[in-house]
Amino acid sequence: MSCLIIAESAIFTIFVVAYLYYIGRSLSGPTPKQVLEIPWFYSACLLSSSFFIMLAEHAIEHGKMLAFRLWWLVTILLGVTFLYGTGAEWRKLIFEDHLTISTNLFGTTFYSLVGLHASHVIVGLLMMLVTLAFSLTGALKPHHAERVKVLALYWHFVDAVWVVVFTVVYVVGR
Amino acid sequence: MGEGTLPVVPGIASGADAGAGYAPSRGTYLETIHSWITTVDHKKLGIMYIVYALIFLLVAGSEALLMRIQLAVPNNTFLDPQTFNRMFTMHGTTMVFLVGMMILFGFGNYLIPLMIGARDMAFPRLNAFSFWISAFGGLLLYYSFIGGSGLPGTGTAPDVGWFAYAPLTERAFSPGHTIDYWTVALLASGIGSIGTAINILATVFCMRTKGMTLMRIPLLPWLYATTSFLVLVAVSPLTAAQVMLMIDRYLGGHFFDTQAGGSAILWAHFFWIFGHPEVYVLVMPAFAFANEIIPVFSRKAVFGYPAMVAASVGIGFLSLGVWAHHMFTIGMTSVGNAFFTLSTMLVGVPTGIKIFNWLATIWGGKVRFQTPMLFSIGFLFQFLIAGLTGIMLSVSAWNWQLHNSYFVVAHFHYVLVGAILFMIFAAIYYWYPKMTGRMLSERLGKWHFWLMLIGFHMTFDLMHFPGLMGMPRWIYTYDASRGWGTLNLLVSIGGFIQAIATLILVYNMVRSYFRGALAGPDPWDAWTLEWSTASPPPSYNFAVEPVVASRRPLWDIKHPEDPDSAFE
Repeated sequence: MSCLIIAESAIFTIFVVAYLYYIGRSLSGPTPKQVLEIPWFYSACLLSSSFFIMLAEHAIEHGKMLAFRLWWLVTILLGVTFLYGTGAEWRKLIFEDHLTISTNLFGTTFYSLVGLHASHVIVGLLMMLVTLAFSLTGALKPHHAERVKVLALYWHFVDAVWVVVFTVVYVVGR
Repeated sequence: MGEGTLPVVPGIASGADAGAGYAPSRGTYLETIHSWITTVDHKKLGIMYIVYALIFLLVAGSEALLMRIQLAVPNNTFLDPQTFNRMFTMHGTTMVFLVGMMILFGFGNYLIPLMIGARDMAFPRLNAFSFWISAFGGLLLYYSFIGGSGLPGTGTAPDVGWFAYAPLTERAFSPGHTIDYWTVALLASGIGSIGTAINILATVFCMRTKGMTLMRIPLLPWLYATTSFLVLVAVSPLTAAQVMLMIDRYLGGHFFDTQAGGSAILWAHFFWIFGHPEVYVLVMPAFAFANEIIPVFSRKAVFGYPAMVAASVGIGFLSLGVWAHHMFTIGMTSVGNAFFTLSTMLVGVPTGIKIFNWLATIWGGKVRFQTPMLFSIGFLFQFLIAGLTGIMLSVSAWNWQLHNSYFVVAHFHYVLVGAILFMIFAAIYYWYPKMTGRMLSERLGKWHFWLMLIGFHMTFDLMHFPGLMGMPRWIYTYDASRGWGTLNLLVSIGGFIQAIATLILVYNMVRSYFRGALAGPDPWDAWTLEWSTASPPPSYNFAVEPVVASRRPLWDIKHPEDPDSAFE
């Protein structure tokens, strides 16, 4: 998983570099300043989910399966909330501001970068849902803690990437 | 998994039941095919990688020959310009992604678990997945000949050069699906490469047998670990850039669309951030083969093991900071030029260390000039020349003069053919007995080597001169008044000599598979663990997991009176 994270980091780096390179180079509007709002609430949801998944990891290591299920579910719900936030933001951008991926360079780079991150969130959520299903059927046992931690590592990575994406898109980019 | 508790390597003893007279049992055709398609065995996958790559070597080699026929005489009309463009694009893409990567991963897959005393790779199913998706990528690329434009019978292969500079690849300039085949094929093979790289890293760092510390593993796994790290950080940017290109082509994005403010230079940067480390991804395994073959045929332990490890890792890191030396003529600041000139020259230091270590290994040894060693010596000499022209080209002012001339083509073919392909041939001669249980014919091997050597030097030594005389790359023909004709004719003849040499290898491989002399477990009197088990190894590799006490475990067994382990 560490290796995969190195590879994934390289992919994100390229997209981030492209985003930074193209800031302010769009030939036509809308610009980030006009249309982007900082998603404080949804970002807080995603970042706090890292904390709850840590609690879940801690619980399964100590064999507390009930607590594990609870914290795991909370993590998933927070992830879904974040995803909803991204969806709502895109809906607004597309239908109210008429910014699509082919409108200008900002649209191209914004949807690619945020979309790349969102797709990682979706993959993470799917894997966590499968894990949740296994834990509900009882197939997931405390001795699987190692594997759960590998998945958690991925989720931490997705969160950490959001810190970078957030900084680049909503702080530097505006 | 059996617990190895024996104090020494049990190899020779336990392999003896399948000992010297062992020949593989070959089932019915259907059984055989089924077992190969469904296998997750690292050895079978390794062999499939190698065979697949060799087939594409012949295909891409033929493409090169078509180009050489076209260029042999001035004003030739053998290929039309469009076809010529397709040929050099497909030749480059195939050789790098389908031949180089595949064959090197093949040897890595086959050898690493055997060398570190493991029974398989860390993730056998990921291994199978990686092979099949890479293989699929290759088929997809070649399907473009049929389906490139989406209409049967009017197919076109990509014709944009293997680095596919934007905005030529944008929809406006490359309609149809040719570029899409190229992009998706590279995406697929890129995913396969990343999977294999993860697998190799996990295997080298987690699957070593008892006593096999990191400073005792043979140099080959060390170099493959470095290569794999490079694949992770270098192939991923290519994957990202391919995704961007697809967004441009299919969703109307503007990443590389210069009309909407996009940048063509960004693609060049992204491509070469992949493209230059890729050279080292390909050459590191060649170094790895040299590290195994040269000591065995010089009858000496490799000179300066820690320095070799450090130099390899050093090359790996340096190679990540040199990419823009492919872009001196694109127009960078003088600071950029100076930086990339110096960082490129710096690569010469660790490679120099390696060359001197190999020479020191040969020095004073009882050298056995068998085919693997002959190819290794060819490699040493040619790699040195390739490095020297590389230093010349790293000087940005010199580069401005010669960029995209045949001098550059000659330089990188010196690396890719003179160094990498020569070591691949050496590796085939060296490990073929392990893989099939039979020796390759030494007589045909000598023919192969000498023809290859003559053909190689005829082609690529002479190719430098048209470059110096101003002949650019990618031209499909030239005027007689330029005076490049004689040299080009000789270059083309050399190409055909190499083709004959390669066909001799193919014949040798097929013939020896059925009629070669039986090899036995250890035909070369070598020292690493793969030679301790039968040839070909059983699917579990080792009956008892070996325990090692030094860098040359088999030496310890063969020479109990003077074991290496006494000196560690």
